[in-house]
Amino acid sequence: MLKQYKTITEVSGPLVIVEGIKDVKYEEMVEVELQDGSRRRGRVLEISDKKAVVQMFEDSQGLEVKNSKATFLGKTMEIGVSKDMLGRVFDGGGKAKDSLPEIIAEKKLNINGAPLNPYSRDFPNDFIQTGISTIDGLNTLVRGQKLPIFSGSGLPHSEFVAQIARQAKVVKPDGMEEGNFAVVFAAMGITFEESEFFINQFRETGAIERAVMYINLADDPVVERITLPRIALTTAEFLAYEKGMHVLVILTDLTNYCEALREVSAARKEIPGRRGYPGYLYTDLSTIYERAGRIKGKPGSITQIPVLTMPEDDKTHPIPDLTGYITEGQLMLSRDLHRRGIYPPADVLPSLSRLAQKVMSKKTREDHSGIFNQLYAAYARGKEVKELAVILGEASLSDTDKSYMLFADRFEDQFIRQSPDDDRGINETLDLGWKLLSVLPKSELKRLKPEHIEKYWPKK
Amino acid sequence: MSQQGIITKVSGPLVVASGLPNARMFDVVQVSNEKLVGEIIELKGDTASIQVYEDTSGLGPGEPVFVLGKPLSVDLGPGLLTSIYDGIQRPLPIIEKIAKSAYITRGVQADALDRSKKWDFVPVVSVGDEVEAGDILGTVQETKLIKHKILVPVGVSGKVESIEKGKFSIEEPIAKVGKIAVPMMQVWPIRKPRPIKKKLVPTEPLISGQRIIDAFFPVVKGGTAAVPGPFGAGKTVIQHQFAKWADADVIIFIGCGERGNEMTDVLMEFPELKDPKSGRPLMERTVLIANTSNMPVAAREASVYTGITIAEYFRDMGYKVALMADSTSRWAEAMREMSGRLEEMPGEEGYPAYLGSRTAGFYERSGLVKCLGKEDREGSLTVVGAVSPPGGDLSEPVTQNTLRVAKVFWGLDAQLAYSRHFPSINWLTSYSLYLDKIDDYMREHAGKDWPELREQAMSLLQQEAKLHEIVRLVGIEALSQKEQLVLDTAKSIREDFLQQNAFDDVDTYTSEKKMYLMLKAIITLHEVGLSAMEKGKTVKELSALPVKEKIARVKFIPESKMSEIESLLEEIKKIN
Repeated sequence: MLKQYKTITEVSGPLVIVEGIKDVKYEEMVEVELQDGSRRRGRVLEISDKKAVVQMFEDSQGLEVKNSKATFLGKTMEIGVSKDMLGRVFDGGGKAKDSLPEIIAEKKLNINGAPLNPYSRDFPNDFIQTGISTIDGLNTLVRGQKLPIFSGSGLPHSEFVAQIARQAKVVKPDGMEEGNFAVVFAAMGITFEESEFFINQFRETGAIERAVMYINLADDPVVERITLPRIALTTAEFLAYEKGMHVLVILTDLTNYCEALREVSAARKEIPGRRGYPGYLYTDLSTIYERAGRIKGKPGSITQIPVLTMPEDDKTHPIPDLTGYITEGQLMLSRDLHRRGIYPPADVLPSLSRLAQKVMSKKTREDHSGIFNQLYAAYARGKEVKELAVILGEASLSDTDKSYMLFADRFEDQFIRQSPDDDRGINETLDLGWKLLSVLPKSELKRLKPEHIEKYWPKK
Repeated sequence: MSQQGIITKVSGPLVVASGLPNARMFDVVQVSNEKLVGEIIELKGDTASIQVYEDTSGLGPGEPVFVLGKPLSVDLGPGLLTSIYDGIQRPLPIIEKIAKSAYITRGVQADALDRSKKWDFVPVVSVGDEVEAGDILGTVQETKLIKHKILVPVGVSGKVESIEKGKFSIEEPIAKVGKIAVPMMQVWPIRKPRPIKKKLVPTEPLISGQRIIDAFFPVVKGGTAAVPGPFGAGKTVIQHQFAKWADADVIIFIGCGERGNEMTDVLMEFPELKDPKSGRPLMERTVLIANTSNMPVAAREASVYTGITIAEYFRDMGYKVALMADSTSRWAEAMREMSGRLEEMPGEEGYPAYLGSRTAGFYERSGLVKCLGKEDREGSLTVVGAVSPPGGDLSEPVTQNTLRVAKVFWGLDAQLAYSRHFPSINWLTSYSLYLDKIDDYMREHAGKDWPELREQAMSLLQQEAKLHEIVRLVGIEALSQKEQLVLDTAKSIREDFLQQNAFDDVDTYTSEKKMYLMLKAIITLHEVGLSAMEKGKTVKELSALPVKEKIARVKFIPESKMSEIESLLEEIKKIN
């Protein structure tokens, strides 16, 4: 028999304090019954022998101190999971958001998960083809990787992510695609239009059949954003490790998640770290990001693409900064390219995929690694030359420098620019790279192996 | 002397328990009936604050706490090498076996060392010998690479009354010294440095096979180095390269709050890597400690101490030990998190005020030492700590506190990383305070004129930086031919010498000798160029020389074909 407490003494933001409690456990689920009989959920954040601090998952609006009752449910937060979740839309608490009935759970799982034993992990080394040259060619995505997109407000990250989700596939060495692919889409605090955009994108391409969507809109309860990614990842883990699927998890927008975390932290009067974010932001984020990966002996995998908008495009802001320290690289979007009308505005130089080396030329064509290094170095040089040209005037540039400038322009125009429905194969991307490099003198191509130059240099 | 208390508060990894009047600071406790491991970090009256090394959800007031009356310690003995531990020395493979799951579950108790395995013990002392703490009783061939020396434990001395020979488990006594039975295994508290006879000034470089480090910013055996850098600058690759190629006998690698996949990479790659000298798997000289970022935060705090205690143990045997901690910022953050939960008064950026003293205390456990024992053994412990400054801002407290104690600074530069110049160590901001201490060694092992060569190369790089500014303002034409040659040579130093590809089979490691020849070739060409210029040659003509191309390819000449570089050097000298 669960006890009901009428001893709520304080409500402050999303926090509720219950006194005079007994046998309550840390992280236990709580149900608060309001004076009008409606119920809201929360969990225990801190507990002492006198009182429990409860964080509500929903709004505390309308909650009365005197007439509300709190029930401690004796279990930590769980969700029911099932393969039938594919094709469905849920809210941040895991309740059905489409007008279909609730799912029948195959299994109940704790949403916090447990840390994966590094010894039990399997190293990610399968190439995922996204059909986008800047990713496949230069920042190769690998199955089991977590590769965030660092964007800014007003940049087309939604289109970019949607394109990745539509086109992503694992290409086996023989050119065949591997099936059994699923998308878990977790949206935190996005607008109605954005949410509709994604749902329509998935619907149009039929991808919705293999997608599970969790959506918390900008006007939905803020604290729900804290549990939403965990619910989504628990679903992903179930699909990956128990149903053997390759799951792509898209989390958008992590900035909203961190804001919610800060709100709760401030309500608890904790000592803030940088910019008011709690000192444990790194640890907290890691419990989300680190749930990507593969497990030895299990067929499935979880690949994560979190999206975050950098406040004021500032990469050193705590959210992108801490994210970058946990994730295996980052894809940066550039406002400058966007202004010049280049889609996707992928900022190649500061982008990085840490796992790319594991698949480049190993799971892809032999020249991939060389092409990557050469394109990258040449573009960096080209950008540098362009800056110089602004100061000194083009006339003072050497012929080699001019060829780099030409290269940089063409690179942006042909390699980076790509229409949203252009699905380029990896070899197509590499050939394009060769074609662009051919404007440079051959002696400049120090990073390419001579035998590859011999073999792949475009014949005029 | 176990005591029992009662939980009164739970807040994340912090548990407060009362009813413990005799508890001592840093005693180990078992929390609740699940026996989660924790450590006392604050005492007030009979109330103790405990940091718990495992997930605390589901705990609540009223549950019991057992104080074991001993500090958090590690097991030391044969079996350490090739092991993979979590932050409190629980072997990860055993956790997997006990938990029967890929996830780390709570309350798993696992012995750090296999208690049942029999090791072949060979005594080196005989009955009647007088021994003191630190003397070698005998040896165990732990792996093909490392002979594990069984030492007389601290606090034990006297006559050897009996000594065994043959196969024993680590808990069975192998000797009796002054009435005390001595097994192979020792236990040592992690927060207490192991005693030594005295510290010495280190003079021998720790060769890492990484050119920019060995040439310009070397670290010595027994020294300390810090690698701060923003994310994506290549800290981890440098640490891994160091762990793979450093000429130390034993390597301790601590993955402290880092990525799970990265640790898996280490776990899967190390057993396959071969020691360049012996051809044996590198894993045979390595102990890995993996406490990834999503594993309990308090265990992360303990992991660096666990690692350094194991490192000190091997040092005491007379080995050259290198310890890598990636990253100490996560360790500092773990301290900050616990400090916040204890409601301590914060110092800078929320870090506890004792951050500086803890950091210094950790780095000071490194050093070249005379080990305990009658024999004058020398052992060394080198510490290389990665620092992850938020936003790459080096003025933040963890970096600053580290730089105060570390003697070598490898400043990683995001700009270099963006232009794919790896390792992205900035040659203008980095420093090593050991440079002149190792000159004699380098003259002998690299080349007679090494220090001069190194200085010449460094001065060229510095001139380049200045000239670049001029070029930016007025264009390259404004420079004299001589200055243009400086730019040309400096570029060659940067691209053909400093850049090193960790993923290339040959380029990944360079010996002192090859490194010397490479730099010698570049500098000789510069000198030859200078004199050729006096005879009227232009920079354009010089940079079109075919040897330029050859110098660029020297990186990829394997160590076994060193004569090719020597003949290239001859070829350069013949120009004119």
